[in-house]
Amino acid sequence: MDGVHDLGGMQGFGPVEVETDEPVFHYEWEGRTFGFAMGTLGAGGFNTPMFRHAIERMDPGHYLTSSYFEHWLTAVATLVVEAGMISRTELDASVGAFPLARSPAVDADDVEIGRRAGEPRFAVGDAVRVRDLQFAGHTRCPRYVRNRRGVVVRIEPTAAVPEVEAHRREQLLEPTYGVRFEAAELWSDSTDANAAVHVDLYERYLDPA
Amino acid sequence: MTDDHGHHPGPLTDVERRARALEELLIEKGIVSPEFIDSVVEAYAQDIGPMNGARVIARAWNDPAYKQRLLDDGTAAIAELGFGGPEGDHIVAVENTPSVHNVVVCTLCSCYPWPVLGLPPNWYKSPPYRSRMVREPRALLREMGCDVPDDVEIRVWDSSAEVRYLVVPERPAGTERAGEEELAGMVTRDAMIGVARP
Repeated sequence: MDGVHDLGGMQGFGPVEVETDEPVFHYEWEGRTFGFAMGTLGAGGFNTPMFRHAIERMDPGHYLTSSYFEHWLTAVATLVVEAGMISRTELDASVGAFPLARSPAVDADDVEIGRRAGEPRFAVGDAVRVRDLQFAGHTRCPRYVRNRRGVVVRIEPTAAVPEVEAHRREQLLEPTYGVRFEAAELWSDSTDANAAVHVDLYERYLDPA
Repeated sequence: MTDDHGHHPGPLTDVERRARALEELLIEKGIVSPEFIDSVVEAYAQDIGPMNGARVIARAWNDPAYKQRLLDDGTAAIAELGFGGPEGDHIVAVENTPSVHNVVVCTLCSCYPWPVLGLPPNWYKSPPYRSRMVREPRALLREMGCDVPDDVEIRVWDSSAEVRYLVVPERPAGTERAGEEELAGMVTRDAMIGVARP
C-alpha cells in the first residue's frame, strides 16, 4: 500500500534528533509492550508481515505522532481483536476507546499467490527495472524505487513473499536480490555523483532492463 | 497501593493505560505469561546490545581470517562469538574502506540487526532519518556529525527484505598494539550503523 510508513525520500520532516546515552526503554510500558508483543505474535501465529501490515494500517496521523512502541501496542491490539482472541468490548471497557488500525484494504482471497519461483532469474551484474506494481495490501517494495533502474549486486537467500504471507499466512519462497541504484537514478535533483542506495527486492518486483 | 517504580511521578498517560490494559487481558487469557515478558525485557535491557557487535568488530580488526569469514558469511561468523536470535538470521557485514562509507537504514519500518546491536535508538526509527537517509545521505551524515568527503562513495543499505546489515568501521589509526578488549571499547553503536566513524 502507498502508506504513511513508506517514508523513503519524503521531504519536510526536519532534523534527526539524537538523544545522548539513550536507554533501551524510556518507560516501563515500552519494555512490557515489547515483551508481550513477542509473546503474542508467537502464541497467535501472527507472522512478521502480518504484524508489519497491522502497523501500516494505522491511521496516518496516529502513526506519525506516536512512538515505535505505540505502533507495536496498536498492532498487537489490532491483531488479537481481528483474530477474536480479545474482544473490542473488553479492550474498550478498561480504557475507553482503544485506537486500533484500520481493516485491510484487500481481501485475502483476492491476493494472487503467483508462480512458485525456481532458480534465481537474475545474476549479479544484471540490469533490472523495478516494476510499477500497485497493491493496496502489504508489500516490501518501497515507492521510491518503482520504475527505477538498478543493478543486481547480490543474490540473497530465498524468502517468503510478504504479499502472500501477510494476507494468506502461506509461505511462498522466492529469490531476493540486493539491487544497487545510483542516487541520480532515484533523485533527479541529486547533485551527489558518488552515492548509491541498495534495496533488497523480491524477484516478482523486478523486470530485466 | 502506591506506584513506586519511579517512572510515573504523575498520573498514567493514555498510552501507559492502554499498554497496561492490554497486558492484563493477554495475561488473564493465558496468551502470554508475566514471566515471559520479564525475560524478554531483561534480555534486551541487559544482554543484547551494541556491546555484542563491538566484540565482533574488534575480533575482525584483530584477526584477518575472522574478518574474511565475517564478510563472506556474517551470520555464521557472528554465531562463532555466540550471538544470534530474532532479526539475526541473515546478517551481512559491509566494510568501510578509505574509498567507501556504508550506512544502514530501514525506510519501511525499523529493521535492525538485534543480536549484534540490540534494539534501535529512537532516531533510527524516526521519520526524519528514514525519509532522508536514502535521499540526501551525505548531507544528513554531515548534519549528524559524520563528515564523509565527496571523494568517498556512500553506500546506503535499505533493509527492505530479510537481510540485516552491520557496518564494519575502519580500524582507527594508532591502535596497532591495542588488544581485542581495548578495541571493543572504541567501537560505538553509531559507527556500526554507519552514522559515525570511530
